[in-house]
Amino acid sequence: MQAIEVNDIKKSYKNKYALGRKEPDTGISFAVPSGELFGIIGPDGAGKTSLFRILTTLILPDSGTATVNRLDIIKDYKKIRKQIGYMPGRFSLYGDLSVEENLKFFASVFQANVQDNYYLIKDIYQQIEPFKDRKAKALSGGMKQKLALSCALIHKPSVLFLDEPTTGVDPVSRKEFWEMLKRLKNQGITILVSTPYMDEARLCDRIALIKEGEFIGINTPENIIANFKKMLWSVQSDKMYKLLTDLRSHPSVDSCFTFGETHHITLKRDDLTTNDLKQWLQQKGHKGIMIREIDASIEDCYMQLAQNG
Amino acid sequence: MDNIVIETKNLTKTFGNFTAVDHISFQVFKGEIFGFLGANGAGKTTAMRMLCGLSKPTSGEGKVAGFDIYRQSEEVKKNIGYMSQKFSLYEDLKVWENIRLFAGIYGMNDRQISEKTDIMLKRLGFESERNTLVKELPLGWKQKLAFSVSIFHEPKIVFLDEPTGGVDPATRRQFWELIYQAADQGITVFVTTHYMDEAEYCNRVSIMVDGRIDALDSPKNLKQQYNAQSMEDVFQQLARKATRKAD
Repeated sequence: MQAIEVNDIKKSYKNKYALGRKEPDTGISFAVPSGELFGIIGPDGAGKTSLFRILTTLILPDSGTATVNRLDIIKDYKKIRKQIGYMPGRFSLYGDLSVEENLKFFASVFQANVQDNYYLIKDIYQQIEPFKDRKAKALSGGMKQKLALSCALIHKPSVLFLDEPTTGVDPVSRKEFWEMLKRLKNQGITILVSTPYMDEARLCDRIALIKEGEFIGINTPENIIANFKKMLWSVQSDKMYKLLTDLRSHPSVDSCFTFGETHHITLKRDDLTTNDLKQWLQQKGHKGIMIREIDASIEDCYMQLAQNG
Repeated sequence: MDNIVIETKNLTKTFGNFTAVDHISFQVFKGEIFGFLGANGAGKTTAMRMLCGLSKPTSGEGKVAGFDIYRQSEEVKKNIGYMSQKFSLYEDLKVWENIRLFAGIYGMNDRQISEKTDIMLKRLGFESERNTLVKELPLGWKQKLAFSVSIFHEPKIVFLDEPTGGVDPATRRQFWELIYQAADQGITVFVTTHYMDEAEYCNRVSIMVDGRIDALDSPKNLKQQYNAQSMEDVFQQLARKATRKAD
């Protein structure tokens, strides 16, 4: 069964398209089968939040149709709301209620019982339980995030919508958060999650790469990478900033971007060898040159697809 | 040693019985790109606020741009630039109005401002956006503009608090190229980030754990020292030692 089905959705605000576009006429379409962990990957302002708000029945699309658990997002919005959990990007719990009060409040709104569904949130909620009397507004970022996830789960939704749950969160907490998502997926919950962090893509079953309101790639992370057809090299030297400008001036280099301790380059032609390039760089005064052929990461793919689009 | 632009000795800040920043001592040199890393709640923001003259230390010493952060905080403020992801420019002002406002606050005169505005917009390729409201700009442009505004008055040091959060991959890289350029001109860059690939772009990196600086060295040396493949590995090894339950 498809847990989410989206057909040709468009959304604009004051003639500015957040999702899809007018010329050429394009909308957003995709489907998420039940039990899948599906990621929407793209920067701020790409349209991720508009898509989430449409699917959680909070705003209406200009055109197109969508269903969640085969229920229509417009006609059946009340039924959908009972079956989904939603964690918005902005912290949206009650700051003046305590941790425990927030949880009880959200359970009661959905006429659910905290005890009945506690098994679902146990792993997550246990970590904040020592602070259950603290007001939500006094929690740190990581704890707020855990409470928000608990509140989104307490009525045992079958589809979970998480809008940028890890933005501004440090690498350690991000890793922990994804481990929690994996456990939820194993319970059979369908998860739609958005993130600006490209490295989180490989933790999803499938991903859609979104740019300016359009999907520029939708596939498994492995296939997105396999579809990166160009030769990709990583290059290092003792003068990394000069290396960047030098590489860009080389006639055979198509693109050159910084990637941590190395630069990644794609080539226009495949007749250049790593040795040729090494010699050329030596003449420019570089030392300690290291050039390796490498596999693309999701971030390489995103930039490639964004450039072509 | 006048090439030291930031120097702290046992800098400490407590709130009640909670020690947010715990005796940190370090130096940052002129023209350096210094990465200031740590998990959420490790004390980065508190430390940065003290260095910017916005919060008085509980104990210890600190000098920024040659001024004492305890006694000369106003002088410190005049000699630094600051930009964060959360607040950078006024959304309801035009591009040129934002530049005019911030440059004016830092005491630049009209002629200096108008000459430099032209040069800056040209270099960024933003000339056509001079009269655009900042809220109309894409996030990546805003961040690049905000950075350029933060160094418009040619401060000795610029503090960047998670400047690239949520920015698309290509713009994030363009942003770092602006950082390289600024460092090339001798401006010291003090930057926090959650992107570990960006930690690799820094000359030196410190990692805060529970209010202390537990590691400080070049990315290359840190990777060697922790027998790690990447800065992500180094960070995970150190930050997992944290005992603070605040986060």
